[in-house]
Amino acid sequence: MSKEPVAVVGIGQTHHAAARRDVSLAGLVREAARRALADAELTWSDIEAVVLGKAPDFFEGVMMPELYLADALGAAGKPVLRVHTAGSVGGSTALVAANLVAARVHRTVLTLAFEKQSESNAMWGLSLPVPFQQPLLAGAGGFFAPHVRAYIRRSGAPGGVGALVALKDRRNALNNPYAHLHEHDITLEKVRSSPMLWDPIRYSETCPSSDGACAMVLTDRAGAARAPHPPAWLHGGAMRSEPTLFPGKDFVSPRAGRDCAADVYRQAGITDPRREIDVVEMYVPFSWYEPMWLENLGFAAEGEGWRLTESGATGPGGDLPVNPSGGVLSTNPIGASGMLRFAEAALQVRGAAGEHQVPGARRALGHAYGGGAQFFSMWLVAAQPPTR
Amino acid sequence: MDTTRDVAIVAFAQSDHRRSTAEVSEAEMLLPVLRDALDQAGLAPGEADFTCSGSSDYLAGRPFSFTMALDSVGAWPPIAESHVETDGAWALHEAWVKILTGDADTALVYAHGKSSAGEVRDVLSRQLDPYYAAPLWPDAVALAALQAQALIDAGETDEHALAAIADRNRTAAGGNPHAQLRAPVPAGDYVVRPLRTGDCPPVGDGAAAVVLAAGDTARRMCRRPAWIRGIDHRVEPHALGVRDLTDSPSTRLAAEHAGAFDAPLDLAEIHAPFTSQEVILRKVLRLGDDVPVCPSGGALAANPVMATGLIRLGEAAARIHRGEAHRALAHATSGPCLQHNLVAVLEGDRP
Repeated sequence: MSKEPVAVVGIGQTHHAAARRDVSLAGLVREAARRALADAELTWSDIEAVVLGKAPDFFEGVMMPELYLADALGAAGKPVLRVHTAGSVGGSTALVAANLVAARVHRTVLTLAFEKQSESNAMWGLSLPVPFQQPLLAGAGGFFAPHVRAYIRRSGAPGGVGALVALKDRRNALNNPYAHLHEHDITLEKVRSSPMLWDPIRYSETCPSSDGACAMVLTDRAGAARAPHPPAWLHGGAMRSEPTLFPGKDFVSPRAGRDCAADVYRQAGITDPRREIDVVEMYVPFSWYEPMWLENLGFAAEGEGWRLTESGATGPGGDLPVNPSGGVLSTNPIGASGMLRFAEAALQVRGAAGEHQVPGARRALGHAYGGGAQFFSMWLVAAQPPTR
Repeated sequence: MDTTRDVAIVAFAQSDHRRSTAEVSEAEMLLPVLRDALDQAGLAPGEADFTCSGSSDYLAGRPFSFTMALDSVGAWPPIAESHVETDGAWALHEAWVKILTGDADTALVYAHGKSSAGEVRDVLSRQLDPYYAAPLWPDAVALAALQAQALIDAGETDEHALAAIADRNRTAAGGNPHAQLRAPVPAGDYVVRPLRTGDCPPVGDGAAAVVLAAGDTARRMCRRPAWIRGIDHRVEPHALGVRDLTDSPSTRLAAEHAGAFDAPLDLAEIHAPFTSQEVILRKVLRLGDDVPVCPSGGALAANPVMATGLIRLGEAAARIHRGEAHRALAHATSGPCLQHNLVAVLEGDRP
């Protein structure tokens, strides 16, 4: 059977900040949604369904906020579906929306993900209470730092690679007007002398807590033909999950991530991701995850990811730019962070990424992960529609 | 609805719903239910092409509560999996779409809820508008009571008729070994006027699972698959003040899109935790006295929040599996006073 080709014809995101006190939750999501609709030159009445994602409801203290947000998202009288797959949710939400179009259940769908982290404290919101988890597992960094140390030991990477990633992504963010952090005076020395939080992760190698939202309008071939700007075409998308904890789980390079990437490449006909993909928006909440994911996603051989980072290949002038938007290290509204990766990948192949545009980007990968590095969602978008 | 693939519910399993399951974790509660559903379909753990679940962190009282439930699924090697933070009926919708794309032929859908972990009346109040309504802590029974009083004021029902609805559902539950309340209960005292104890659902814990399959795969797994002829869901504005609480336009719209009114129904499993909500749903779904409603006992006999809607789909499908019905309607609801509603039409093959 054939699937309907899926096109991204509208993209919108909010300006991100530590606290968007100027807007309510409804105002925040509406800001992103209206920008996406304006980009697509569509109105609320053109939208047939809304697919909404965010990370835990505890962050804002609203249970199932899609109910309260139905009005703000123009969803009254329409289907609204709420997705929650931990940190990968922004990506998963986009894929669930894309499936509605691919299956020809709806022709034009608005998908949106958000987080207003200033409503709570993410550090403690992510510290699972005893007796459900081991104590002293403070925040996401407390969970992931041991796996970074395992990567360094396994790969023999020199200690300073993480700082290189942090400097690159924070500098990239200076070209992204929507990014949360604009650290004009950032230097390698400043990253390396910032306080150690969870050894070996320093303060400047850590994502911020952001308020923000991201929205996309997805449509079918006919909708793409009417779009005012070049669409991004979906060539492959996949999700994979594995349990949080079990003996034999590889936290450094989870198999769910490798399988997910392989599925996306198979769908898109990619055999050599290093050469065939022009730009990557990767979910890097802690700097060391760039070299780790470069290996997990097949851009570098096992133990070689840090060499790719160190060589400058992932920098703005390199041949595999990673996170030209500034990435999660510069902007992290958790529930929206995955969708921002997907949306930034789409912006690149549409040639619409502004100051952080990678010249001639034709194929881009958007990547998200969540939970205990156990949930993965990815999509590959291109400037040309799929032919297979 | 123009769909290019036939998709059916081929298996359904549920736990015994109980007031409290403090002795088991969510994963432990799910494990036998998942195994039962997979066994019926002849699938090994992890073998389904797609898995989707529904639950809510707020019932468990901790973030990412669904991640541990994955332990019960057999997610190794890694599986294609997703989760909706709402009733499992919506997880079933996501899985149905996934199968329609052709990327999957089979899907495992499950849902669970342990209301015993907190005060579910208060917990559900956190669904409300966080600026104007939630700070007042109107609980779930109070909101349903507003709706019930509006119905009585409109002359559409009275307390005597509501008591009869409770009696009918709980009598029917006598034939459902999984139900929490399995005999008529006294109307009782007012909880929030005009709703008495008997008009309200039991508070309980439970889980459910279904297996979906496409075309010939479904025929191979099930002697009499319950084909999803149509499924749709619609939401209404949130604020109670802008809705006519005696009506449910979203249910009506979803039913139209699902094709519910195209042919007569043999039975309906509707998700009405309060007797008064059955009155509204019967009206908008045009369910006359000739259509059996909730032969399982419905949400008034067992209400494991987040699984109750999926159970309606499963109960309707199981009647078709057993040859007791040919065409059935299933309904699920979410949000205060029937804000968000899903309707599915299931059919068996004619013998």
